[in-house]
Amino acid sequence: MLLINIAGIILIALIVWWFWLYKPIEAELGENDLVITVENGTYSPSRIKVPAGEPVELKFIRKDESPCSETLLIPELQISDTLPLNKLKSIQIPALKSGEYAFHCQMQMYRGQLTVN
Amino acid sequence: MSTMKTESGDVSCHEGGTTTTPHDHHAHKAHHHSSENNPGPQELIIEGAGCASCVGKIESALKAVPGVENAEMNFAQRTVSVTGNVDAADLVKAVEKSGYNAKIAAAESEDDALAEKEQADWAYYKRLMREMTIALSLGVPLMIYSVVVGEMTVSTTGERIAWLAVGLLTLGVMVFSGKHFFVGAWQSFKNHSANMDTLIALGTGTAWVYSMVVVFVPYAVPEMARHVYFEATAMIIGLIDLGLALELKARGRTSEAIKRLIGLQAKTARVIRDEKELDVAIEQVLMDDVVRVRPGEKIPVDGEVIEGHTAIDESMLTGEPMPVEKTVGDTVAAGTINKTGSILFKATRVGKDTALAQIINMVKRAQNSKPPIGRLADVISAYFVPVVMIIAVTSALVWLNFGPDPAVAFAIVSATTVLIIACPCALGLATPMSVMVGVGKAAEAGVLIRNGEALQTASKISAMILDKTGTITLGAPKVTDILVAGEQHEDTILKLAATLESGSEHPLALAIVESAQEKGIETGKVSNFNAIAGHGVQAEVDGKTLLFGNEKLMRERNIELGDFVEKAQGLAAEAKTPMYFAVDNQLSAIIAVADPIKEDSIAAIKRLQHNGIRVVMLTGDNRATAKAVAEKAGIKEFFAEVLPEEKSKKVQELQMEGEVVGMTGDGINDAPALAIANVGFAIGTGTDVAIESADITLMRGSLHGLADAIAVSKATLRNIKQNLFGAFIYNVAGVPFAAGVLYPFFGLLLSPVIAGAAMAFSSLTVVTNANRLRFFKAQEH
Ligand SMILES: [Cu+2]
Repeated sequence: MLLINIAGIILIALIVWWFWLYKPIEAELGENDLVITVENGTYSPSRIKVPAGEPVELKFIRKDESPCSETLLIPELQISDTLPLNKLKSIQIPALKSGEYAFHCQMQMYRGQLTVN
Repeated sequence: MSTMKTESGDVSCHEGGTTTTPHDHHAHKAHHHSSENNPGPQELIIEGAGCASCVGKIESALKAVPGVENAEMNFAQRTVSVTGNVDAADLVKAVEKSGYNAKIAAAESEDDALAEKEQADWAYYKRLMREMTIALSLGVPLMIYSVVVGEMTVSTTGERIAWLAVGLLTLGVMVFSGKHFFVGAWQSFKNHSANMDTLIALGTGTAWVYSMVVVFVPYAVPEMARHVYFEATAMIIGLIDLGLALELKARGRTSEAIKRLIGLQAKTARVIRDEKELDVAIEQVLMDDVVRVRPGEKIPVDGEVIEGHTAIDESMLTGEPMPVEKTVGDTVAAGTINKTGSILFKATRVGKDTALAQIINMVKRAQNSKPPIGRLADVISAYFVPVVMIIAVTSALVWLNFGPDPAVAFAIVSATTVLIIACPCALGLATPMSVMVGVGKAAEAGVLIRNGEALQTASKISAMILDKTGTITLGAPKVTDILVAGEQHEDTILKLAATLESGSEHPLALAIVESAQEKGIETGKVSNFNAIAGHGVQAEVDGKTLLFGNEKLMRERNIELGDFVEKAQGLAAEAKTPMYFAVDNQLSAIIAVADPIKEDSIAAIKRLQHNGIRVVMLTGDNRATAKAVAEKAGIKEFFAEVLPEEKSKKVQELQMEGEVVGMTGDGINDAPALAIANVGFAIGTGTDVAIESADITLMRGSLHGLADAIAVSKATLRNIKQNLFGAFIYNVAGVPFAAGVLYPFFGLLLSPVIAGAAMAFSSLTVVTNANRLRFFKAQEH
């Protein structure tokens, strides 16, 4: 019984670490084309480094049929746009100040982040 | 005297307010040109290519761009088709360098995009229904068996073999019908995120794995807990697929308003190029193209009439039911219908720049924005899934430690049920679905709401400030009375006055000239025209000396006024501006001019007051005029002689009194007040969209739009609250029940299948409830 309890507590700790504490690597939006794929409930890559102070273009391709993934929202930038199925779509991002900007789908099941610096 | 001065100030500002910049910077920024990835031929639209000799120049400029294989121009359509692997932006630059303008041809029209989306949705719907059928055709018989036979335990070898077969069938269902949940869960797990798929995959997976353990090594679990939950796995997957399919269907209906707006766009246009008429796709119409429209046809792009006259039905855009007369010089808007005559017009705004395209774009953006009320739900759903996973583990541990026998089974059931019932999709949908329908509904009534925040604030407005000129009144003065002295005929007076004023640009002068035109009176010749600042005008017509102006002017010229002074005061008390008209130093008439109250202003103001809103009028006019208009309009509070720059101060004053203030105006001079108000309402003039500074734009002049906007916002907010409440009950309040808080008291533990059904129908309930808003009708008057 003790073992099971310890296992349970470790499991909880793992959940906390994996989903909250761990910071996954960020993909860099460089010169070459980075395309964000919307598929299977995720944006990949979901964390994107963006240079501060210059407008950039994010390219999305949505392969997910779920209607929720159709809408892309960047609330802080008042951007909302629809991503057509299986078609490349460019989203213009204005010059930003350093910081973190979340982007997500309509239901917030798909989540990503722009890290600007 | 002050009457004329303030009135003119007010009116001229109003005139400035009706202009909209054709290239709205924001709208441009907001629109994202979609570009294709494939290196197939690219289409460019060329502007400014007036002669056939341009063709060679443009083609060779394009061919010089590295990567271009071939460039071919279709001069008639002003398009170039370019092959080769090259960036479209480079092509545009090359064309611009050679002295022309180029635009990337839109990959597809809104119409095509919509059709494609609907097709994709339909395919997805069919897939979900297929998956649901397979899952339920295993789940339902198993359910019935468990209810009828009761026990789904594993003790004998025969039972083990039978259940193993069922377990493998369930695995088949999981792969066929539930693969997307598992793939999604794994993908998001790899990305360190968790979502709805995670919960469903974990929930159904746990139930299945436990059942398989029971089948393979029954001795590992206590005898009482040798129970299989294959029916739960199959049922949950089937129900959630069903829920998703029905939700998809219901979602389609939420975008009805956008579909209707897109449907207003014409598909083709008949343009005249090089003296030939040709039908081109609407995307190919260029600025300054000459377009022909026949009776019964749709106006394809925005433009200015250059030949012919007609009546145009603009109700689809403005909600204004009466057709509007159009003749040379008038503007026409894309999406409206030409009723009676054939016209030629010059395209002034095409493609994404037309008023209709901007409206569509704006409604789409607003539909996807969230009011502040939705933020809490956002925060909750962002952390929800990992929290639920922790709750599920904790709940299992509590059952294992303190639960009655069979504790293992209870632990599994409660963990599974928690995972399934807590799926936060309903919470995530609660706000966006209602906003989508509400904003669309408003657009149908000719009310453009900028974003979710404006929508929410509009529902709380307690005081509404109305600018007088152009908002309550028409904003265009009209001749109301002509009081003649002596024996002369009214028309003779009007003819002389109109002749006198025909050279003047003063709004009051314009009213007199227009009044004469309406009566078919032709004006004569003026000489020695002389404007006397602050007093009026003087001139000679047919050898007579005419004097037209205020009382002061008459007194200065020693003209006998008699009882006309009283008559003039009487007119002023009715919010009219009286002017004296003298011929050869003899008073011959008083002509009164007034800015009449719009026909339905009074009813609309009553409607606002009836809804408990404090209505306040604001005007630059003098007190007497303001009082008369306010009385007529049924407004108790008004501020007169307010300078344009003081308007925002009045808004602040009301805010200091604790009011949530809506401000309605139609001019540039109202912009600071519109911006400072809690909600700024701009009166759009017909089809010109004043998107710039207002939170809400009323497409038609009527103040009923105001009451409609507030009614829609209230209904939408109510709907959002219902949705949030419903979703909260399912997702948050459901968790403790799923974890088993009721067990110690009632011996009740929620079945995972029930949780699955609740989960599947929670988002469906939310979308369906949001759809109820479609039937909302803002009552007229
Ligand atoms: Cu869900």
